[in-house]
Amino acid sequence: MPKKTTQLNNASSNILSFIPYIKEKSIQFFIDIANVLSYLKLVFRNFFTKKFEFEEFLKQCYQIGNKSVGLISITGIIVGLVLTIQSRPPLVEFGAVAMLPGMVAISIIREMGPVITALICAGKIGSSMGAELGSMRVSEQIDAMEVSNTNPINFLIIPRVLAATIMIPLLTLYADAIGIFGSWLGINIKDNVSLELFMNQAFSNVEFIDIIPAVIKSFFFGAVIGLVGCYKGYNAGRGTESVGIAANSAVVTASLLLIIVDLIAVQITDLL
Amino acid sequence: MDIKENSVVIDIQNLKKSFGSMKVLDGVSLKLHEEENLVILGKSGSGKSVLIKCIVNLLTHDEGSIKVDEYELTDINEDDLVEVRKKTGFLFQGAALYDSMTVKENLMFALSRLDASFSSEEIDTKIVEVLENVGLPDAIDKMPSELSGGMKKRIGLARTLIVNPKIILYDEPTTGLDPITSNEISELINETKSKFKNSSIIISHDINCVKKVADRIAMLKDGKIYKEGQLEEFISDKDPYIQSFFK
Repeated sequence: MPKKTTQLNNASSNILSFIPYIKEKSIQFFIDIANVLSYLKLVFRNFFTKKFEFEEFLKQCYQIGNKSVGLISITGIIVGLVLTIQSRPPLVEFGAVAMLPGMVAISIIREMGPVITALICAGKIGSSMGAELGSMRVSEQIDAMEVSNTNPINFLIIPRVLAATIMIPLLTLYADAIGIFGSWLGINIKDNVSLELFMNQAFSNVEFIDIIPAVIKSFFFGAVIGLVGCYKGYNAGRGTESVGIAANSAVVTASLLLIIVDLIAVQITDLL
Repeated sequence: MDIKENSVVIDIQNLKKSFGSMKVLDGVSLKLHEEENLVILGKSGSGKSVLIKCIVNLLTHDEGSIKVDEYELTDINEDDLVEVRKKTGFLFQGAALYDSMTVKENLMFALSRLDASFSSEEIDTKIVEVLENVGLPDAIDKMPSELSGGMKKRIGLARTLIVNPKIILYDEPTTGLDPITSNEISELINETKSKFKNSSIIISHDINCVKKVADRIAMLKDGKIYKEGQLEEFISDKDPYIQSFFK
């Protein structure tokens, strides 16, 4: 009996020791959000008052698209396949297998496509922005830019944030298309359905109200990824280990923020 | 060396800079004359780099004044700051070449950003000329990752020289280099001065470099100028702190 009590006490003290850790991490997260928002103000101010670096913007659009398209293709097709394979048995049970293409298409367009694309890009692009800008900060390249009369916010940050904001919705639409194609492949494992019939069934249930909010929210996802990645990299510390910290923290903060933005977007869409 | 006493190009008066509660510069007053190499000595963390970063407004000072030519840096407007940066070249400790650009693009970036009046032919000519000046004409299409430490420093200097600055600020130009390359960089600093007639502030711990390039030395300690004078005055000084640098 005393042994059990000791074990219980140890377990509860272990759980309690997590509370300050969680508290500290939560406070840090809210500080990050506040800093990113004040950074957004600076980005907006410079965007409207200083020269826009169009060439750098195009370069960043290419980089973001080129870096992510392969991974998004593979993930999209697998998500479509898995969603179809998992959803089929209950629908067969209810005799509603004909609804499978429409159900999968709506799931992908409304939620899976935007969120999975955003999370992949947070990992791939957010971390790369954090690491690249962090290493530029550590090696004084950002200072060198300033000495060369180039505003680093205009040259490095605005093109990246804007490119992410524009490219993530495009990648999302691409992921949706690939995901739906993956669903057709998934259906054809058990059945034999032509692509034309599948598309007819899938899109007969999809309306504009399914597509527009998803595209709008992916613009916000893009902005979050660009802003957080740039903020973390640009404000990296001076040592080389800060490059790793910046990249890691860009992914963690962006992913968490994406989920929060998604929750807010779903609530707003629900009201429409 | 004949220093033109009346031609001050940088005039720093009672400069103070703190980071939080840590006072880094606590009333530094210093002058740089035309065609003079001024070496700033001091142990790590004594505020040498902070001082030169304040001169190009990479860091803003808390108190005091910095005058670069006719421009006062306290509350300087953007147009004047561009003029100050055109006059002042900065060679960073690690050269700070842009990793994603070739040597040519690095040089082109610096030139076109500070002076948009050049045609592409003029830019090409200037790039070839400046690379020849630093002895690396074949590095034009190389990426910074393909260059050695000494080559990076030379290209960094070329990037500084391409805008023909009146003043050059060198942040530890020989740190991390072998003695031969270090010697070459010191000679390059002297050649640059005699060829382009510019003034320089050189931050260094490397006594061999200091002995080669210094026209005058200022030693920083506890955020203040501890001693200022010619190389010979420092060498003959019996102060143990000063001697610890020259032993």
